[in-house]
Amino acid sequence: MASPLRRSKRKNPVIRTRVPQLPPMARSRIFLGLTSAAARGVFELQVCRECGAIQYPPREACHVCLSDGLDWKEQSGAGQLVAHTMLRHAMENYFRERLPWRLGIVKLDVSDDLRNPHPAPSLIVHLHGDCPEPPAPVRVFAMLDRSGQAILVALPEKDTPHMTDDLQMREMTCDPKFRKSLVTDGKSPVGQAVVKELIKAGSDLVWVGEAAPWKKIPGWDEIKALQDVTVVDLDVTNPDSVRRCAAQIGQKVDILINTAEQHRAYRIDGRHGTENARAEMEINYLGLLRLAQEFGPVMRSRAADTEINAVAWVNILSIYALSNNPNQSTFSASKAAAHSLAQGIRASMQQAGVRVINIFPGPLDVEWNQELRPPKVSPNALAREIVKALRGGAEDVYPGDIAKDWYKRWREDPKVLERELAFAD
Amino acid sequence: MSRRQPYDGIVVTTPVSVPYVRFSTKGAHWWIGRALATLVEDSGLTKEQFDGVCATSMSLHPDTAVGIVQHHGLSPRWLDHIPMGGVSGIVAMRRAARAVQSGDANIVACIAGDTNHIDSFRQGLENFSQFGKDAVYPLGTGGPNASFAFLTDYYMREYGATRKDFGKICVAQRDNALAYPHALFKAPLTLDEYMSARPIADPIHLFDCVMPCAGAEAYLVMREEQSVDLGLKFARILGTIERHNAFADDPIQYRGGWAVDREDLYGMADLTPGDIDFFETYDDYPVINMLQFEDLGFCDKGEGPDFVRRHTMTTDGSFPINTSGGQLSVGQAGASGGFLGIVEAIRQVTGQALGNPVPDAEIGLVGGFGMISYDRGVCSAAAILAAGR
Amino acid sequence: MQSTTNPLLDILSGIAQRQIRVVDLTQTLDPDFPQIELPPEMGRCWPFRLEEISRYDDRGSAPYWNNFSCGEHTGTHFDAPIHWISGRNLPDNSTDTIPVEKMVAPACVIDCVKHARQNPDFLLTAEFLKNWEEENGRIPQDSWVLMRTDWSKRNDPAAYQNFDEEGQHTPGPATDAVRFMVQERNILGFGSECIGTDAGQAMHLRPPYPCHYYVHGAGKYGLQCLTNLDQLPSTGSVIFSAPLKIKQGSGSPLRVLAFVCDG
Repeated sequence: MASPLRRSKRKNPVIRTRVPQLPPMARSRIFLGLTSAAARGVFELQVCRECGAIQYPPREACHVCLSDGLDWKEQSGAGQLVAHTMLRHAMENYFRERLPWRLGIVKLDVSDDLRNPHPAPSLIVHLHGDCPEPPAPVRVFAMLDRSGQAILVALPEKDTPHMTDDLQMREMTCDPKFRKSLVTDGKSPVGQAVVKELIKAGSDLVWVGEAAPWKKIPGWDEIKALQDVTVVDLDVTNPDSVRRCAAQIGQKVDILINTAEQHRAYRIDGRHGTENARAEMEINYLGLLRLAQEFGPVMRSRAADTEINAVAWVNILSIYALSNNPNQSTFSASKAAAHSLAQGIRASMQQAGVRVINIFPGPLDVEWNQELRPPKVSPNALAREIVKALRGGAEDVYPGDIAKDWYKRWREDPKVLERELAFAD
Repeated sequence: MSRRQPYDGIVVTTPVSVPYVRFSTKGAHWWIGRALATLVEDSGLTKEQFDGVCATSMSLHPDTAVGIVQHHGLSPRWLDHIPMGGVSGIVAMRRAARAVQSGDANIVACIAGDTNHIDSFRQGLENFSQFGKDAVYPLGTGGPNASFAFLTDYYMREYGATRKDFGKICVAQRDNALAYPHALFKAPLTLDEYMSARPIADPIHLFDCVMPCAGAEAYLVMREEQSVDLGLKFARILGTIERHNAFADDPIQYRGGWAVDREDLYGMADLTPGDIDFFETYDDYPVINMLQFEDLGFCDKGEGPDFVRRHTMTTDGSFPINTSGGQLSVGQAGASGGFLGIVEAIRQVTGQALGNPVPDAEIGLVGGFGMISYDRGVCSAAAILAAGR
Repeated sequence: MQSTTNPLLDILSGIAQRQIRVVDLTQTLDPDFPQIELPPEMGRCWPFRLEEISRYDDRGSAPYWNNFSCGEHTGTHFDAPIHWISGRNLPDNSTDTIPVEKMVAPACVIDCVKHARQNPDFLLTAEFLKNWEEENGRIPQDSWVLMRTDWSKRNDPAAYQNFDEEGQHTPGPATDAVRFMVQERNILGFGSECIGTDAGQAMHLRPPYPCHYYVHGAGKYGLQCLTNLDQLPSTGSVIFSAPLKIKQGSGSPLRVLAFVCDG
């Protein structure tokens, strides 16, 4: 059984902070299909459209019938552990620093597809310490490792106590347990829900940003009074405020969740001028940029700092970032800008292995969506999705039925979605 | 049963080894150049007389055999590059023999040469194959260590092999190596030392692994009468096989392509396993020796451990294997590792052993196994050589 | 004070000899200084923000300079008559057309410190002003009336804004006081230490925001977020307040100086 993670001693200040090293990042282009699915938290392998054969490692043509019709399809991941090893030597620094490291080879169970008479492939996987000796049933998942690429991980057939405390799991996830978090705006309903959920998830300490300290917001006094909460001045529109906050606590932030948001629900001609659009950009886009410039470098420097390290940066975007919702046009545009920037932040943070998780919720059940009919995502549900993402292996999350529906349509054809949205009332 | 044309009148001669070093500051072309020069010296031919060249190297990038001929001033009318690692020695011989037999070339120089810089082993692993790059190297494997750990783990559990069985193979090969002048490991190895070595990837320990190094191996393929004219001792090619990507559906590799083709091998040579005097196995990890014992017909599948327990495997005992010490004791000089067995077999059957000769060695078997890509070795090959009398 | 032929030089000499004090009535333009807070569906006046252009670095090795942004009504600022709908059609009602002579004027300082301390919603009444006049004399025409509350001493932004769930609680003038100042004393303008010239709860007065309504409706001016009023005498000081010459400007941040003669 994985031994429960214990709160580690304080860091010895006379020892050099470990510089982040990454597992190998290079992959073929075709392999990135696996990464693409893993980024959504899904385990997909290529399946031959003609003969049903499952392929692994990823291929350009079916190894059975040579068809190039290979479709990425979700797999159950159920399989049998055939053999295992404990690496005690490694060429790459990332693994050298984390030895011993367990690997296994897993034969996937034959697929349910009766058309497919072909044996399932064998998968080389990171093997969880709680998986028994082979032969044994296991579950295979695709997760993103610290390099940001998909890697296969086998977990025990059934969950075990403290399973997420296993070293490999800590490396593949960004579990808030014992980590220190910053929620950039604690006064919004989403911010407050996220704070509570982080505390529930065992976050060691939650810094909660407060801009406009004079505003009396329902629930804020309760948040301030929580034992694990420390309020910090943080106004993402104010460069000096962001700089001061980063200087004050940046060295300690393991997980940053940007909840600062300007949200108004206007059509293009529903609001005269650009003052509101500018405010949306000021907070949703430039605010994110300011955070990235001030917190990015210091978080990158601590990405391998003991087992309590900087691991994640969470952006709350919107499904409207993918395609403009004409009813909230300028808000959509600001989120599209934020999304684009978040991709840049991801590329930058990735160099140190800090995961950037982008959340694309459908309409939230908040004041500016008052007129929208359900379904709407409650702030609490969104907060749970964020923590689930931190504990899992994904980097793109689409909470709520509308987000999932839009995402599906967007993947199928962005132009069709654009038309659908333009013609909707 | 074989309908294949025999290699009648085609011989292999002039076994050449350029002494190995752990690390070299030279490039791969230097090692290949030394091998070529030694071929010229030992055969009495000029390099212009090599009208066929068949080369292999893993550290030659971005060059191939084409780069070799320009670099070394050769102008062959037949050129081949064999990027097949552990089977390259046997595959090169097969290709060269047919070229000479058909008249496409008269004398083919078969050469393997590799250098080894600090970090070149790791770089080689990182870029070994697309499947390796995608699905093995990112998991932290020290190259093939993990793949062989899996199949060793599986084999031990399935067939009851113990570490002591593998240890016996390594110790026996070290005994053989003590007389071979070019072996990098010059000290005896005891079973206790083997057992107490540090673990690399359970159940693989230090002495289960070959040591990467720099070196070169070479030989010539020509017609028998030419060899006689030149006064070169030669070996005949009685049979060969190669097979790639065999048993791809096996969930883990517990048998190699030899099992597909061994009837063909012995049928072509008109021999049985009992006729083999010594066996130069491919030995990058000792478990592969057991697979070859089984798949090439010396015992049934799963009886490898028992076979090992019944034989000394030393040059002076029963069932000699890897009479120079094999890669486990000589070192693995890149693709030269795929030539080491065949060059040693030529020496043994022609009475030119640099180390201990196998008494009355007439017929030698050479195994090849190579290109660990993803979870298994893709290529397998074997050849039977006989004394050229 | 020694007299010369040029009265301006007399002033300068008075400043040099510390007979005339120059008092800065301006809050620092600081991104952390609170901003007027309106219901979120309304348009928003930008807070003061500063972005470096360069600071002896790769963006410019010699200069240090900034871009700043803010609204017309950010920090210590001036309200022009055009700011309110009641003053929209008056002549010379915007910052670019206000006669410059109006930018130098005497001030009456009404001490409401005690009352504001007791009641943050304190309203300055006409009666209060009349009582003040009994002690200090009649409020002269074309003079500033500055309401001193010491509110500017509240350094904590939350205390300065003083919001609760019903909104802001800050002192300001009552409707009758505004009408008295404008209609019976023809003042130049009204100034406050708070974020608005009107009281925090002034939207519940009749009419809502009476100070804005009547003052600007009569072509008078406003000054907000003043500080250091405690350094001024009740009467006798002169205020220099020149808003930026913004075309059709409704107001502007500005430096407000007071001249006080101690000699």
